[in-house]
Amino acid sequence: MPEPTPETLHFWEGIRAGELRLQRCDQCRQAYFPPRPFCPRCASRKVSVFRASGRAKLYSYVIHQRPAPGFVPPYSIAVVQLDEGPRMMTNIVGCPQTPEALQLDMPLQVVFEKQTDAITLPLFKPAGK
Amino acid sequence: MKQKSVAVVGAAETTDLGVIPNLSQIQLHADAAFNTLADAGLKPTDIDGLATAGETPTNVAHYLGITPTWVDGTSIGGCSFMLHVRHAAAAINEGLCKTVLITHGESGRSRVGAGMRRGAGGASSLQGQFETPYGIVGPPTTFTIPVLRYLKTYGLTEEALAIVAVIQREWAGKNPRATFRDPITVADVLNSRMIAYPFRILMCCLVTDGGGALILTSAERARDFPRKPIYILGTGESVETPMISQMEDLTTSRAFRVSGKKAFDEAGITHADVDHLMVYDAFAHLPLYGLEDLGFCKPGEAAAFIAERNTAPGGKLPLNTNGGGLSYMHSGMYGMYAMQESVRQLRGIAPAQVPGAKISVAQGVGGMFAAAGTIIFSNQPP
Repeated sequence: MPEPTPETLHFWEGIRAGELRLQRCDQCRQAYFPPRPFCPRCASRKVSVFRASGRAKLYSYVIHQRPAPGFVPPYSIAVVQLDEGPRMMTNIVGCPQTPEALQLDMPLQVVFEKQTDAITLPLFKPAGK
Repeated sequence: MKQKSVAVVGAAETTDLGVIPNLSQIQLHADAAFNTLADAGLKPTDIDGLATAGETPTNVAHYLGITPTWVDGTSIGGCSFMLHVRHAAAAINEGLCKTVLITHGESGRSRVGAGMRRGAGGASSLQGQFETPYGIVGPPTTFTIPVLRYLKTYGLTEEALAIVAVIQREWAGKNPRATFRDPITVADVLNSRMIAYPFRILMCCLVTDGGGALILTSAERARDFPRKPIYILGTGESVETPMISQMEDLTTSRAFRVSGKKAFDEAGITHADVDHLMVYDAFAHLPLYGLEDLGFCKPGEAAAFIAERNTAPGGKLPLNTNGGGLSYMHSGMYGMYAMQESVRQLRGIAPAQVPGAKISVAQGVGGMFAAAGTIIFSNQPP
């Protein structure tokens, strides 16, 4: 399970509250991920947390065929492109774990899956499902 | 930096490669080191500079009985040894030491005295928080993630990956020390067991035991050694991100591009000057990225370049002539073996010798496109 740090706590608290929170630079307006208290593009320390739309597109993935702790194969491990710009790793759920069902660039929507009292994970499902 | 004044005067691998349950990891370092010291006509007390990864320089220095005045424990994955060569060249030029030993040994398969497996940082690292929770379990589920985007961008299919494995097996067939030597076809690769779609087992590297070492000194001193010196013409290094999901572009490695350009600029050579190329191939897509990011092919054209047999035996750019990580061996940090093959080719003693090879480029990767190191070797005095 992820262990939040002071710099990432807002993200995990957001996920637990049902919000996908990203950060944006107040100076250059770049949205970015993963969390850190400064802009990775222009190094400004003036940054804000905002609620992202939760919309994304499937950017790339693999379908793992072998068992892993907490996962039943086959399962997808994906990189999604958020509408706000940043990319993040996730799992695609709510559809068959097959190349036919997992088409690159398909629209996705975030879902929140509780793991423990402290940690909920942001997963993605095909939009409109 | 006067890179051109440094040369390799000793190079050897462990006596055995493959499955070596009778040697611990530190002894694999020692076996490689002693074979390399013998190759150079030296003993441990002649060494005053030591670099290694996987084990600490302290462990290796103590075990071998070396008292170094310069050490480098840079450990950024399988290309660490390329960075050691680069740093050693600078140290020798700066007068920090005269004779540098770089060792690699890894009980990657047998896990004898190998300690903890390397991996992503703990649960509070960025990888631990934002990648590990999604079921990544080592390189086959991580290093492979960019490839569907690469294939879609350039209108390619899984066959582009399969042909890489097929041609490297041709090279391995010429090499008695290669683990896998029997010829394979594209159909064999595409019908082999699926590991993580689109990657099948024959598109993934071996997991074996072994080691290798290099000895470097100034080009001036190199003339007095028993072997023909292999000169360092140019070097490069860079890092991008420990998180594959955060690469700037999944179709190209920034670390490869930065490291490669630095090495070519230092060497003052063009791509047409290169007779032989090694690209660290943990998986079948690495040679595609390597050919493109080093500038041998335009983006998206490496698969056709390989399919047209340019990198195969008899081709104009022989690539991974030991069989590569896919067929020769892969202990976990393969960069050392890529450089060993470059040195063998330039010494003229490789099992699958490229006739008249004068310049060889060895490209290493660290982590999953996290880091890169590039070394350009020549058997001609600079």
